[in-house]
Amino acid sequence: MLSRTADHLYWMARYTERAENTVRMLDVSYRMSLLPQSNGDDHGNWRAILDISELSDAYARTGRPLSPRDVIEFVLLDRDNLSSVWNCLRAARENAHAVRGKLTSEMWETTNTTWLEIRDLTPARLQDMDLGAFFEWVKFRSHLLRGVTVGTMFHDDAFQFARLGTFLERADNTARLLDVKYHALMPAGEDVHNATDYYRWGSLLRSVSAFETYRQVYRDVITPHKVAELLMLNDAMPRSLHACLDEIVDILGQVANSRSCETTRKAGALHASLHYGSMDDIFAVGLHESLEKFLACINKLGDRISNDFLMPVATP
Amino acid sequence: MSEATKTGAMPYDEMYATDGAVRPHYRAYADWLDDVPRQLIERKRSEADIAFHRVGITFNVYGAEGGKERLIPFDLLPRIIPGSEWRELERGLSQRVRALNAFLADIYHGQEILRAGRIPADQILNNAQFRPEMKGVDVPGGLYSMIAGIDLVRAAGADGRGEFFVLEDNLRVPSGVSYLLENRKMMMRLFPDLFSRYHVQPVDHYPDLLLETLRAVAPAGVVDPTVVVMTPGAHNSAYFEHSFLAQQMGVELVEGQDMFVQDDVLYMRTTQGPRRVDVIYRRIDDDFLDPLAFRADSMLGVPGLMRAYQAGHVTLANAVGTGVADDKSIYPYVPEMVRFYLGEEPVLNNVPTWMLREKDDLAYVLDRLPELVVKEVHGAGGYGMLVGPASTKAEIEDFRQRILAAPEKYIAQPTLSLSTCPTFVEAGIAPRHIDLRPFVLSGGKQIRMVPGGLTRVALKEGSLVVNSSQGGGTKDTWVVD
Repeated sequence: MLSRTADHLYWMARYTERAENTVRMLDVSYRMSLLPQSNGDDHGNWRAILDISELSDAYARTGRPLSPRDVIEFVLLDRDNLSSVWNCLRAARENAHAVRGKLTSEMWETTNTTWLEIRDLTPARLQDMDLGAFFEWVKFRSHLLRGVTVGTMFHDDAFQFARLGTFLERADNTARLLDVKYHALMPAGEDVHNATDYYRWGSLLRSVSAFETYRQVYRDVITPHKVAELLMLNDAMPRSLHACLDEIVDILGQVANSRSCETTRKAGALHASLHYGSMDDIFAVGLHESLEKFLACINKLGDRISNDFLMPVATP
Repeated sequence: MSEATKTGAMPYDEMYATDGAVRPHYRAYADWLDDVPRQLIERKRSEADIAFHRVGITFNVYGAEGGKERLIPFDLLPRIIPGSEWRELERGLSQRVRALNAFLADIYHGQEILRAGRIPADQILNNAQFRPEMKGVDVPGGLYSMIAGIDLVRAAGADGRGEFFVLEDNLRVPSGVSYLLENRKMMMRLFPDLFSRYHVQPVDHYPDLLLETLRAVAPAGVVDPTVVVMTPGAHNSAYFEHSFLAQQMGVELVEGQDMFVQDDVLYMRTTQGPRRVDVIYRRIDDDFLDPLAFRADSMLGVPGLMRAYQAGHVTLANAVGTGVADDKSIYPYVPEMVRFYLGEEPVLNNVPTWMLREKDDLAYVLDRLPELVVKEVHGAGGYGMLVGPASTKAEIEDFRQRILAAPEKYIAQPTLSLSTCPTFVEAGIAPRHIDLRPFVLSGGKQIRMVPGGLTRVALKEGSLVVNSSQGGGTKDTWVVD
């Protein structure tokens, strides 16, 4: 298939996934800010949101205070913030529009309707809305697009590249979420095997729809160590790094071309580090260091995929 | 001048004869229309609006944000053409397109028609649409305009019979065929019972014919040619059609940036690496095809494409340089081309045309501006024209000055009383002026077309301008036996 077509499908999926994960992060912070004991460290909570998406500098330039409402507005709706949910859904729709002929009508109508519904949403109107319900809406629009993609699209290469976008973005986003939240929640020097704050760790799990799963898997109190294990190494947990890499390696095997050997190898090596990794090894290196390394690998993998299959990106 | 083209004649109506009787080929439809409750038609109209709006949202909202694009109104009352009439038209269209292709082959090779003095050489060689780059280039099958859109109008004759005239040839990138296909789909969905009463000749095989046509003009020796549709991009107003045709033919829709030329061979970038392209159905003007050959600032083209084309490694449909045959200044010579190349008399007539570069014609026209239509030679889309009877004195005087400043830029024609067809309007059903654009496909030895064409209708009362950019709509066109 045409590289540009694959590129548009890949980015349509990536932007949609990014919008979903962004509201998942906002949702957890929002819930935490509603907890009675929250007050002094609130700033840290909202700063973490900006750190996750590498937006702290851009935010500082706006001169806005670090208040929940301002951060939420910025991350959800800001027109100048290219990572805002508003811009992600616009970009998803633009990518879909460019390959309209390759989408099923359900896929197109889903993306287009999502965009039409958020297009005119202003901060003023957002204030009148139930934020939790709005976060749910974004999540469900993303679920819907993924669902119609799997359920209606012919499972050819076009489909594979859309899926590839989903899992690459998700791997990136889960790693970021875990990295930033972990350190926000885990005061230095505390034992990772001890529960520090049931509610906060619970919110983190809920933000990736993993609260019940955690209970089912561990039948134990929530400990930071196990949360990290679930989100990194458990291949049955659909948003874990391991699960995402399972999919990525599988898809790269199916779409392989004469240039992609090295990309396949790199993806395989990253997959193996999760498949055969242990939390003890990861903590020995340092969780933050491990996740940073993972993010760098995912980033490079994305560039390699673009250069091998899609529209080449400028490499430094 | 024939009676048919005299100003002020009663327009020919497609459905009703002058005595008010329903014409035979509309009788079954008229009976049906009598029986149908008005509310049903109203309901169908809103159903069509909703359905088209949905399609419109899916295809046009993007452009609408820029305020450029909107839905083209669709009228539910079909334009019906008897099979016998269509066969005659088909003969005439096929003849005309053969002559036009022969003309293009000739002027880019031996230029015999110029040497024979049938067309003044300076008219061709100094024409901005003449592409010297094409001189001596052999194109597959000697075909230049594989996809032609010929605009026809019908005017009333003294005997009450309507006669079809060719108003314009579109040999570059004629558009509109997607509306033809979508209109039929909509009518069959809204009125399935009508299609069981009438034997309407089908049109939905157009994408198949188009694909066969494009495959037939692949470079010599290519067994299983790779065909693509080339679009300027999603912001182009006809993008819906580009995307629609690519999807219907099952071929890739490419932009310039998707392709590159290496050693005079054209490739597209695919996820499996470079893939050779053999035939491009391009929906982009000559000027933008290749920044190395034409406009250097074009971001839409492919550097080196023209060299690959000249080397015969890829076919462009339509060919480069077809504009020299559909220019309004060349139009008056088409009947002469039919005689010269085919040794036949034209089946379809031109509208009588005065060329204002000729002194006598200029004087004649300046005396009669209020009666005539004056068009810019290079104008299109209904812009840059004067419709004498519909213009104020001031407008006419203004146009007179423009003509005097550069008479060679204009032609004039009598104000044709375009035929009318009953049309649903606010107040019920009323006659509105229409034209017809059949799409003529030339590939290999065959010339083919789907029966009928795109009927455009001027929705404003009395208006003769059917262009969608000027408030025109469309109708489904039925050829029935």
